[in-house]
Amino acid sequence: MSAQKTSKKTTGKSAGKSSAKAAGPAVTELKEHIVEIISDSGEGAQRCGQSLGSIAARMGNGIWTTEIIPAEIRPPARSVAGASGNRIRIGSGYITNGGDQTDLVVAFNEQVLLGRVRARELKPNCIILLESMWRTHNDINIAMAYKETYSRLVEAGYQVREVPMEQECLKLTPDAKRGKNMFALGMLCYLYSFDLQAARDQIALTFGKKAQTIIDANVVLLEAGHKWASENFDYRFCIPATPAKQAQIATNGNTALALGVMASGMELCAMYPITPATSASHYLSDVFEKVGGLVHQAEDEIAACAFAVGASYASKCTVTITSGPGYSLKQEAIGLAVMAEIPLVVVNVQRGGPSTGQPTKSEQGDLMTAIYGSHGDAPKVVMAPATIEECFYSMITARKIAESFNTVVVVLTDAMLATSQQPFARPQFNEAWLAPPIDQSAVPDGAKPYDWDATTGIARRFIPGQPGGMHTVTGLAHDRQSHVAYDPDINQEGLRARSLKIAALQKTLLPPEVVGDDKGDLLVVGWGSTKGAIEEAAAALRAEGKKVSSVHLRFLQPMQPGIKEILQRFKKVMTIETNWSDDPADEIIDETNRRYSALATLLRARYLVDVDCWTEVKGQPVKPSTIRRVLLDKLQK
Amino acid sequence: MKFSSTECLLDLYEEKLELEDYQSGVPRWCTGCGDNAILTAVQRLCRDEGLRPEKTVFVSGIGCSSRFPHYMKTYGFHGIHGRALPIAEGIRLARPDLTIFVNTGDGDCCSIGAAHWIHALRYNMNLTVFLHDNQIYGLTKKQASPTSPIGTKSNTTPRGSYLDALNPLSVALGVANASFIAQAVDWIPESLFEIVKAAYHHKGFSFVRILQRCPEWLPKLHEADMQEPDAVQLLHHENALQISPNLAKVYKNQLKHDPLDIHRAREIASSTDVVPVGILYQNREIPCYEDTRQTGILRTPDIVRKGLEAEFDKYEV
Repeated sequence: MSAQKTSKKTTGKSAGKSSAKAAGPAVTELKEHIVEIISDSGEGAQRCGQSLGSIAARMGNGIWTTEIIPAEIRPPARSVAGASGNRIRIGSGYITNGGDQTDLVVAFNEQVLLGRVRARELKPNCIILLESMWRTHNDINIAMAYKETYSRLVEAGYQVREVPMEQECLKLTPDAKRGKNMFALGMLCYLYSFDLQAARDQIALTFGKKAQTIIDANVVLLEAGHKWASENFDYRFCIPATPAKQAQIATNGNTALALGVMASGMELCAMYPITPATSASHYLSDVFEKVGGLVHQAEDEIAACAFAVGASYASKCTVTITSGPGYSLKQEAIGLAVMAEIPLVVVNVQRGGPSTGQPTKSEQGDLMTAIYGSHGDAPKVVMAPATIEECFYSMITARKIAESFNTVVVVLTDAMLATSQQPFARPQFNEAWLAPPIDQSAVPDGAKPYDWDATTGIARRFIPGQPGGMHTVTGLAHDRQSHVAYDPDINQEGLRARSLKIAALQKTLLPPEVVGDDKGDLLVVGWGSTKGAIEEAAAALRAEGKKVSSVHLRFLQPMQPGIKEILQRFKKVMTIETNWSDDPADEIIDETNRRYSALATLLRARYLVDVDCWTEVKGQPVKPSTIRRVLLDKLQK
Repeated sequence: MKFSSTECLLDLYEEKLELEDYQSGVPRWCTGCGDNAILTAVQRLCRDEGLRPEKTVFVSGIGCSSRFPHYMKTYGFHGIHGRALPIAEGIRLARPDLTIFVNTGDGDCCSIGAAHWIHALRYNMNLTVFLHDNQIYGLTKKQASPTSPIGTKSNTTPRGSYLDALNPLSVALGVANASFIAQAVDWIPESLFEIVKAAYHHKGFSFVRILQRCPEWLPKLHEADMQEPDAVQLLHHENALQISPNLAKVYKNQLKHDPLDIHRAREIASSTDVVPVGILYQNREIPCYEDTRQTGILRTPDIVRKGLEAEFDKYEV
């Protein structure tokens, strides 16, 4: 939906923001806008974007920020594929996803901008604020490329405005490349009528660890950008905010995850560097020790998982955080934890696969391997947070489930959740989140280390240090004494117990919530990071009178109760996912060979309902407008 | 990270434990297998040192020797192939109060788990590690291992193995932070016990390579060395092990070696004419990773709450 269509012109006076000058240009009131800041890698566009998001959130606006990341650390300067930056959707109300196309972009050169244009990420009439220094560049080829691109963008209908950012920054700093981002931030604060003091506060927080001189230098550039904009732009926007009633924090998914680990009572995290999971461990490495926790960077993914298994075995549940390739490597150790019934939390921040795939891009390709991975029958719990806030709470839930059922809990997030920022209610610490001290009491005479309950399969685990509990855990088939099983019935019994635990957990879960009417023409089922986009698309269709509802699954193994009944109340059911599924329109694809998406396959197998699917694996968040189109198609078929 | 210590409980125990208090089940190793000798030495160590069975963990990987924990009446972790060391490291970091031993074979440690072995030496965590080196894969029925002498006929090398053997002592002595490297042989029980004991008392990663016989697959491998006492060279030093009068009578080939002399240790490790037995290298000054990583913070709900609130403050909008 175009924000501009629903906007109305107001004067600066009535815009309500303290920084809006009475004499300034008319302020256009918007419901929402999508803003991008893009540069070559290392020019600070990401920091500018993150700061803008935080400032907007401070103003009480809903935000969703999405990182724009090139594949390389330092792609060549001025390259089409090298855009690095941030995309911020700013709204009046709560924002649940990155939205559709961009309304306004600040670009530090025209080449990175071209990449975004070609990817069709910009709205047709998008406002472009373009660094003008290239027009007079000494290198004639650069100057020509700039002029040519500029003309083509203007011809294409973009509202291009050249801004002498370099020139203006050089008046204040010898190294304009390092300050331009704050100048841009100042411009944007003016354009969106954000309080300049909130921006100053945000800079102080962002550079809090650095010297005051650095903070001051950045504030000077911020103010310069603001002033320049006020003198040169003849338009200005305002996105009225509806501040949340309670305190909010804004983080990305990986930070939320790390905070969740801190809050969960887990004390150890074992990891090996892998994109896009590592930033969670970076943050945790910085803060975990302050609360008595510890991050161990192991020599490899296998060691990280085996280390976590060892620590969990001897103590409280431990977490290992990874992404696809690392997850594959951990499989054998995950199977060991399942077999030996050692609580373990494994986080897989999914990226594009298979193999090295698309390390910085998002995908939901690991659902099947999460459920069925590791050889033999290795039942484990699989959860998928769908929002940044859920990334936080998922760690607390995962630790509790792992320790209550002595099992492995796999938490699937993805690159999109990992790097997107969204405000959520500041968590209110609850002591019950933490794990109790480990049991070191004597084990009663005759108690067995795997005394599987006949109904639930759950057994009390003995932890080293407990007198009388001595036994050897083993990955071999074993009996209730943990003795290696030579009797064929014992293996049957062990597999039954480990499987029953999953069913026992399922009995404690609530049915998922249906968003929209609980019956109708089309039900969309999703999981993970697509929630916001799916619900926005479905809501838009409902507003047009279509009978579309959606349901989002947080538990993929076991699945929550009541799902079959929900599916059966709709004429058509489909999933929207970011993993592979064959397109039935392809020449050789038919019902006998079509490979469905992961969740659709699971739903079809479990509930015997004809669940269709639509998927995309472009590595980008799926846009609500795309989903809306797909759903309309499905309704009309 | 600090553990709310349970050490105080230890002093309540006065009972003297006997060998059978550490024995569990009937070992299913072949008659004459060197693993039996190692088990005997280790059970004796546990008794002599009065180790609390509930505070002791034996960790192993996969292979004949990795059955070891099943025969100890302590806590045990029979893991997966090659991964005994990272499992043991996890236990160590979580539990400074436990005594942890690792039993690993030449395939487990030097082949599939070689990466972990190198890094375990470098972490220098307080673990006592026995490399049960019989120079052949036993459980999978006779395949060449990295420590098999070149020319070893096996099921995967029917015309003899192709590569020179990897020397675990030389490898270990090449890793930064290695702090205790020793070699023992299963056929001299007294020396085996003394070395096992010295390894246990070393604070750090004590790595003991134990040459052990495999009567099933390589029955003749150590025959000559066993029949010729001079083939074994006993290392001794006032800062390491002394040779008892009993041993000295039989084993005349003796070498005084300062365990801090790493260059000499590397030369000894490379010997091809004799089998060096004793402590090749010991450095008590190398810090243990778990001590380096110790935060000294006792984790309480209040500490966690304060830490979290401070972080939430940073992100509040």
